Amino acid sequence: MSRMISYEKKNTPIHKLSGFTKLVFFLLWCLASALTFDTRILIAMIIIGAIVYIISGTKWKQVSSVFIAIMFFMVINLVCIFFFAPFQGCEIYGSRTDIAHLFAGYTLTKEQLFYEFNVFIKYFTVIPSVFIFLVTTDPSELAASLNGIGVPYMIAYSVEIALRYIPDVQDEYHKIKNAQEARGIEMSSKGNLLSRIKNTSAIIFPLLFTTMERIDVVSNAMELRGFGKKKKRTWYSKRSLQTADYLVLAFIICFFAATMIITFWDGNRFYNPFI
Amino acid sequence: MEKKFGIKEVVAMGIGTALFVVLTNVQIPLVIVPNTALQPRMAIMAFFAAVFGPVVGGVIGLLGHALGDAIFYGSVWWSWVFPEAVVGIAVGMFAKQFAVREGGFGTTKNIVFFNVIQVVANAVAWIVVAPVLDILVYSEPANKVFAQGAFAFLGNVIIIGVLGTILLSVYSGISGKSSDLKVEE
Repeated sequence: MSRMISYEKKNTPIHKLSGFTKLVFFLLWCLASALTFDTRILIAMIIIGAIVYIISGTKWKQVSSVFIAIMFFMVINLVCIFFFAPFQGCEIYGSRTDIAHLFAGYTLTKEQLFYEFNVFIKYFTVIPSVFIFLVTTDPSELAASLNGIGVPYMIAYSVEIALRYIPDVQDEYHKIKNAQEARGIEMSSKGNLLSRIKNTSAIIFPLLFTTMERIDVVSNAMELRGFGKKKKRTWYSKRSLQTADYLVLAFIICFFAATMIITFWDGNRFYNPFI
Repeated sequence: MEKKFGIKEVVAMGIGTALFVVLTNVQIPLVIVPNTALQPRMAIMAFFAAVFGPVVGGVIGLLGHALGDAIFYGSVWWSWVFPEAVVGIAVGMFAKQFAVREGGFGTTKNIVFFNVIQVVANAVAWIVVAPVLDILVYSEPANKVFAQGAFAFLGNVIIIGVLGTILLSVYSGISGKSSDLKVEE
């Protein structure tokens, strides 16, 4: 699979941070982005995101195809918002400034443009953090850090198993797909809905059953090695927090608090330039 | 859950999530509404939930959706991640009644029961939870998110109803306790 973001080992300040720090950063970042609708904060987040992206040394090539896919999705989404509710922006900002009348009932307003711009950059604040998190965090360290923030180790371990087995299951999927295609099962977009469900299940059936077998094999292997006998476990790839980690943690906590204060200062999560 | 949360559940969560993530890209487009298509991965999640219980279903939904979004789309739509977990947990709550691994799923009663549960769970998840989160988080127009939610509901009910039911009854049929053996008369 080319269109997949995966971890790459490098030696940048971001890679050196512990997985715990990055996970806390990522979650608080997402939460801040979800809660605020303040244009100034969103723009600040995009700038910070861009700086971190540059420091992390992520190559554009690693993420470009995924990036284009998101852009495509977002354009459709924004157009959809406009068609479903051309005056959503006016409602939010409480005023109406027409730019041009388009056609029956659809008028382009400044408020709507501004609102859709906000939705757009709101998506954009999350994207770099996801890219950076995935590209710079070692999967096995991720499990250790999930356990670190209080997730039970059974669940943390299953995250590790998931990341470990995605490529394997993907291989299996392609093998089965090729085999079924060789037997003449049509996989393209031709055919009606029912036959497409049927053809897809021609892949899913063998895939699911081999997966169930794999679960048996892996869980037996883990049982033989004494997994789950103790209440706690230690992690080989866990890193202790360094000075840089504490600085980043302090920064993100302050940043989160600041965004919340600025956002809800006037009792409204929107920044309104139209007053 | 009476049964101890065992190693098998941990592994099922992990590999189930991997399967769910891989199938993120396998979609059967339904209508041109963003982010709605028949998603075979939903059937997989319902399958794992019905076989292994609510924790496995919930984690596969939550983690699988978040990871799948992140790996393939580079962004996480949290407002659509949580409803997925709702479906997984709801279906998983009744794992015991389904008795899939004991070979008990094949009965009409269980199939109807499973489908009632999944329709209700999907309704709650996609017509209530997802649009409400979309409005809270993104302030998206209500009619748009409810339309999207309704399509997601429809798509998921179809795929879980058709594919999920078939997967479960076939698996239940072959994994039952040596049900093929009969006492010779």
